Amino acid sequence: MGTRAGALTAAPLALVLVLSGCGGGGGGTPSGNATADATITIYGTNPPGNMLPANATDAGSAKMQEGVYSQLVGYAPADGKPFNQVAESITTTDSKVYNVKLRKGWKFHDGTEVKAKNFVDAWNWGAYGPNAQLSATWFKQIDGFADVYTKDPDGPSGPQKPPTPASKTMKGLKVIGDHEFEITLKAPFSVFSTVIGYNPFAPLPDKFFADPEGFAKAPIGNGPLKFVSFTPNVDIKLTRNDDFPLEQKKVKFKNLTIKIYSQQEAAYKDLLSGQLDFMEALPPSAKAGSKYKTELGDRLLTAKLLSISTLTLPEYLPEYKNLDLRKAIALAINREQITKTVLAETYVPADGWVNDNIEGYEKGVCGEFCQYDPAKAKEFYARSGHTGKITIQSNSDGGRKEPLEAACNSIKNALGVECTFVGATNFGDFRNLIDGQKLTGLGRSDWGADYAEIENFLNPLYRTGGSSNDSKTSNPQLDSLLAQADATAQRADAIKLYQQAHHVLPTYFPSIPVWMERGVGAKSSNLESATLNFKRRLEYASVVVKAKS
Amino acid sequence: MGRYLLRRLLQFIPVFLGTTFIVYTLVWAVPGDPFAGKCGERQCPETFVSLMTDRYGLNDPLVVQYFTYLGKVVSGNLGETFSGVSISEQLLNSAPITVRLAIVALLIQIVIGVVAGVVTGIRGRGFLDNLVLVSTLFLISLPTFVTGSVLQILLGVEWGIINPTVSAEATWGELIVPGFVLGAISMAYVTRLTRTSIAENRRADYVRTAIAKGQPNRRVVFVHLLRNSAIPVVTFLGTDLGSLMGGAIVTEGVFNINGIGGLIFRNIAEKEGVMVTTIVTLLVLVYLLMSLFVDLLYAVLDPRIRYD
Repeated sequence: MGTRAGALTAAPLALVLVLSGCGGGGGGTPSGNATADATITIYGTNPPGNMLPANATDAGSAKMQEGVYSQLVGYAPADGKPFNQVAESITTTDSKVYNVKLRKGWKFHDGTEVKAKNFVDAWNWGAYGPNAQLSATWFKQIDGFADVYTKDPDGPSGPQKPPTPASKTMKGLKVIGDHEFEITLKAPFSVFSTVIGYNPFAPLPDKFFADPEGFAKAPIGNGPLKFVSFTPNVDIKLTRNDDFPLEQKKVKFKNLTIKIYSQQEAAYKDLLSGQLDFMEALPPSAKAGSKYKTELGDRLLTAKLLSISTLTLPEYLPEYKNLDLRKAIALAINREQITKTVLAETYVPADGWVNDNIEGYEKGVCGEFCQYDPAKAKEFYARSGHTGKITIQSNSDGGRKEPLEAACNSIKNALGVECTFVGATNFGDFRNLIDGQKLTGLGRSDWGADYAEIENFLNPLYRTGGSSNDSKTSNPQLDSLLAQADATAQRADAIKLYQQAHHVLPTYFPSIPVWMERGVGAKSSNLESATLNFKRRLEYASVVVKAKS
Repeated sequence: MGRYLLRRLLQFIPVFLGTTFIVYTLVWAVPGDPFAGKCGERQCPETFVSLMTDRYGLNDPLVVQYFTYLGKVVSGNLGETFSGVSISEQLLNSAPITVRLAIVALLIQIVIGVVAGVVTGIRGRGFLDNLVLVSTLFLISLPTFVTGSVLQILLGVEWGIINPTVSAEATWGELIVPGFVLGAISMAYVTRLTRTSIAENRRADYVRTAIAKGQPNRRVVFVHLLRNSAIPVVTFLGTDLGSLMGGAIVTEGVFNINGIGGLIFRNIAEKEGVMVTTIVTLLVLVYLLMSLFVDLLYAVLDPRIRYD
């Protein structure tokens, strides 16, 4: 089944890639201005934050961010391989000191040039604690982060405030010239040059620093699209930046409207009737019974996402610490059946802890334990000596509940133990349980990589104290391998070490891999082609609008 | 009359304070941190949570928070949501749309509902009466969500007569179908109420007298019969306008209308307590004003009712 599903999703993906490549090569040009002046409308959600680059962690604002800002590196749409954007070169000899040279003549939308200090100032501002940016901790690798970001002595809910940081700038950032700067990290980090393509690392023009709040309402970036307007709950409007220098990311339409919907269902109906040009996800009603395949036909877009779904096993629950029990549960989940039926083939079974679209992925790291085998599951369960019931927790909205209930059923049938799904009303409530270490059983964990590195599937999730180490595990062997990999100067060597670290996971099962999502989106018939990228977003440069005949 | 009005208006104050306090307490009593889940699968940076907790006074005791809020409201400042969007701005964007939607729904209820009720009430048993009874029963039994989705798919996606969703401007024309969906159930009730009331009063003494005096049929129906039968219908319509404003959550969701319903739904989900309290307070005011208006209307409809 694994290969068949792969082929199924790969074929349209290849087609889309060919089509978009074709369009870029001039396939869409004969019609001239008719399509170049076109406006396209895509699905959006209300941005919860103020949309400054270091504050935008959600998909709603990211759509705007990715049009308006260009970072040092960009990512290839299919697999996320980094390439230089604003950077002309990024060099390092020890993975600790990175020298960045910028392309000359790259301008912000207000006409000022993008200089080294625009990066350095923006990063310092984003990391500075009192500015309270949601992505502040993204800068923690940089030397001197501790000087600008101080911790609250009694936790965020206590009465005391975090002390004002000693410095406003990180000593690891040094401007060398207008077009050159140097980044020194606290410790070597081999994939840092990939990380800096992420949204919070965008440059900010000088205008920003005079009035950050005013700027947030009318951002000026350096990307392929310029900000026009934002009406809360209604839409975000962007327009093409005609001076954009990078051919690869140039857009071939004039205006972009990110229309905000409160429900995917409503957007999907607009898409079917041609009022909306693109959606990166489909509502559950369209997925039911794989209805989307007939409804969309050649308008269906697919992508290999860099994501993985696992069931977290909290270390703080003594009854789940049992390795035999963990293996028994892993063996008892019928991944193939659930991905095929409940998930309507928009997911495929996982066979390890990293996504199969990432460099460094190896087949079957989880081995036999991620293959459904009720007999063996029962055997391990008997050996574990566990009694009582098993629970799986997650927020129940957004289609989360159904596959996990199916997993629970599968566990129940295979092990003959009671298993219940315990739902939280929304994502926020569920995160509260995790952050407060209040899980009472298995917890859902869906991880989407922030950047295309195998490192991103390991460090944040399984390293001691990792930012998303929801199971609160700690494994010295894993930690030391990861530390070694981080410090390796050559990326290829680092990947080998990360792979070794990956192989440590099956020895203690901090979480149980279940499935990996395949992105399914759709375009309207107004578009000749469009690519859904590895981040489940529209690759703006890939859009070719159909010529009106 | 004047004293009655004044007394009623004064009653608004304790009702207003009571409801806002209850709503405020309920909103903040819901467990959960408004900042959880804001940072995806990661925990939010402490500095962010500290700053926001501070800025919105979330560490103060509830009573202090409530009175700070009340003070702000009285001084005309509704404050900002956690994402820094002005609450009054959002309300000014959304409220007119919902008011328009509610008016469309109300008009549909009055026009279709009252006409159908009067016709069947006067004619009595027959094919038309049965048809109206069955169709109203059908409408009442369908949830708004179903009516909305079916009309949206048929008219919007299949036949292309309307756009499946309403644009940002939400013009009167675009709101006809959503207005119908929103008002459908109440329309059925209005029909049935009018029908029963008319049928009952048809045999009343004053109607017989009016007919005996040789008054034209139209005058008998519209001036004597309808006016006296209107009281239960007006009572229903009055409170219904209030519930239309609040009950638009489903309709606004289906047709993606940027109105009060959607606003309240989103803000409950995002735990934007101040926003929720403000909207609910507004709705309470609408209810209070509508019930006052309905009470005053009784006197106009039936001069025997006096308020002194």
